[in-house]
Amino acid sequence: MTEKPFSRRLLLAGGALGAGAAAFALNADLVSRVALTGAGKLTLSAQRLLLGRGALAREFGEKDISPTFRVNGTSRPESEDYARLAEGNFADWRLRIDGLVDRPMELSLADLKKLPARTQITRHDCVEGWSAIGKWTGVPLGLLLTAAGLKPGARYAIFYCADELEQSFDGSGRYYESIDLVDAFHPQTILAYAMNNADLTVGHGAPLRLRVERQLGYKQAKYLMRIEIADGFGRLWGGKGGYWEDRGYQWYAGI
Amino acid sequence: MTDKAGRDRTLQSRTVLVRRHSLVTRITHWLNAVNLLLLLMSGLQIFNAHPELYWGQYGADGDPAVLTIGARETESGLSGFIRAGEAELSTTGVLGVSRSDGEPTVRAFPAWITLPSYQDLGAGRGWHFLFAWFFVLNGLVYLSSSFLSGHFRRNLAPVRGQFSLRHLAREIADHARLRFPEGDAARHYNALQKLTYLIVIFLMLPAMLLTGLTMSPGMDAALPWLVDLFGGRQSARTIHFVTASLLALFVFVHVAMVVLSGPWNNLRSMVTGQYAIRYREPRS
Repeated sequence: MTEKPFSRRLLLAGGALGAGAAAFALNADLVSRVALTGAGKLTLSAQRLLLGRGALAREFGEKDISPTFRVNGTSRPESEDYARLAEGNFADWRLRIDGLVDRPMELSLADLKKLPARTQITRHDCVEGWSAIGKWTGVPLGLLLTAAGLKPGARYAIFYCADELEQSFDGSGRYYESIDLVDAFHPQTILAYAMNNADLTVGHGAPLRLRVERQLGYKQAKYLMRIEIADGFGRLWGGKGGYWEDRGYQWYAGI
Repeated sequence: MTDKAGRDRTLQSRTVLVRRHSLVTRITHWLNAVNLLLLLMSGLQIFNAHPELYWGQYGADGDPAVLTIGARETESGLSGFIRAGEAELSTTGVLGVSRSDGEPTVRAFPAWITLPSYQDLGAGRGWHFLFAWFFVLNGLVYLSSSFLSGHFRRNLAPVRGQFSLRHLAREIADHARLRFPEGDAARHYNALQKLTYLIVIFLMLPAMLLTGLTMSPGMDAALPWLVDLFGGRQSARTIHFVTASLLALFVFVHVAMVVLSGPWNNLRSMVTGQYAIRYREPRS
């Protein structure tokens, strides 16, 4: 079979490609932003479809624990308030849970340690590419949220941290993170106060950090001070739901 | 009798145009070329965020590395290197240290080959995953259409004896002398082409996708066998990098072969589908 060198189909394909290129040339920024956001949403939907609500991250044995676990991000929050709390061994520290909940609460470290705990040996994957395996002990977040009671409209848990990665007047340099309720109620999502059988060190987020095991390291917020249940996070600083998200990283960090 | 160019003058050549590539093959080929280029460039941007590779379940600074691209201060300024095991190679100017805005800068891969050119891991990831989706969709179109049309069975499956060591050795010798098939032999892929394309299509590209997915903590929870298949997330990351390097090598050789065996004829066949085959026949 022979074919004319430039068939109509080829011409049409060329035309479509040309139109795409023209749209890109006219507004490259908009086109790429729409494409990148679309791909991110597609990734989240596809992974949620495969994951369901309950699929667990792999749990390892004691012998698999990394000999050293790299301290990343903030190694010690600089504020005077945090220094005072650390000096008192976090006896005066309280975790506030508020927002769209029926019963807002304030919990001390001792309160948290009295609650049922979960211990898990999991792999921590940094967005940069490295991994470390550690053992975490803490309170399942779902337990606390059930106790607090969610109000209608609740969709996200927002985590406010004590550390500031960038000096700022408006607080936009403060670390914060957010997850949706699928991850918030996941059995491996815990508020960890211990790592490798010892109290959490300052470098790893003392007194309390989030573990949300099916996502990357920047989701594992350290130095937790407050958890707000909300219907969205657009009103906060950059509006993207987290410190790194406001700086161009993907909100969904399961990939 | 031979003429000045050494050709046998008792033979005359006749050129026949045949239809070499289907429309689906042509379109998916070029889309794949664009996707792979952008995946490579954004992938190197991501690699630059932590230019060290490990083997096993975990690996970070301080753990034994199988490959490192780095930089160190020397008396004559910054010096870049690549290290694999005990072996180390100085790569200043390209790997480890390269010029960015005129200044020697510490970065594993140079600005001209990463997307974006400046250091921006978040943007690099965004582009990588966007083109990964394009790559997968394009690949699915190619695979399903080629299975249904019989492309693989007809054009890529070896015929009897074609993959024997003896036959392959002869083809390698022919390729090394830049002797390419003519006449009826040029109507079909030779054994080296078939073997290479089969390895790329059914081994390397799927390995890229699967090792890429293994780096995703979400996918590891959904499909735990992925981690076992590659022996850990860090092994998968290393295999992803090595396979990408081998793919880059494949593209280099592929383009070299296109150029050496008749660039215009080859390019035309991948654009319009028409491929010219030369027959030499006795003069009548």
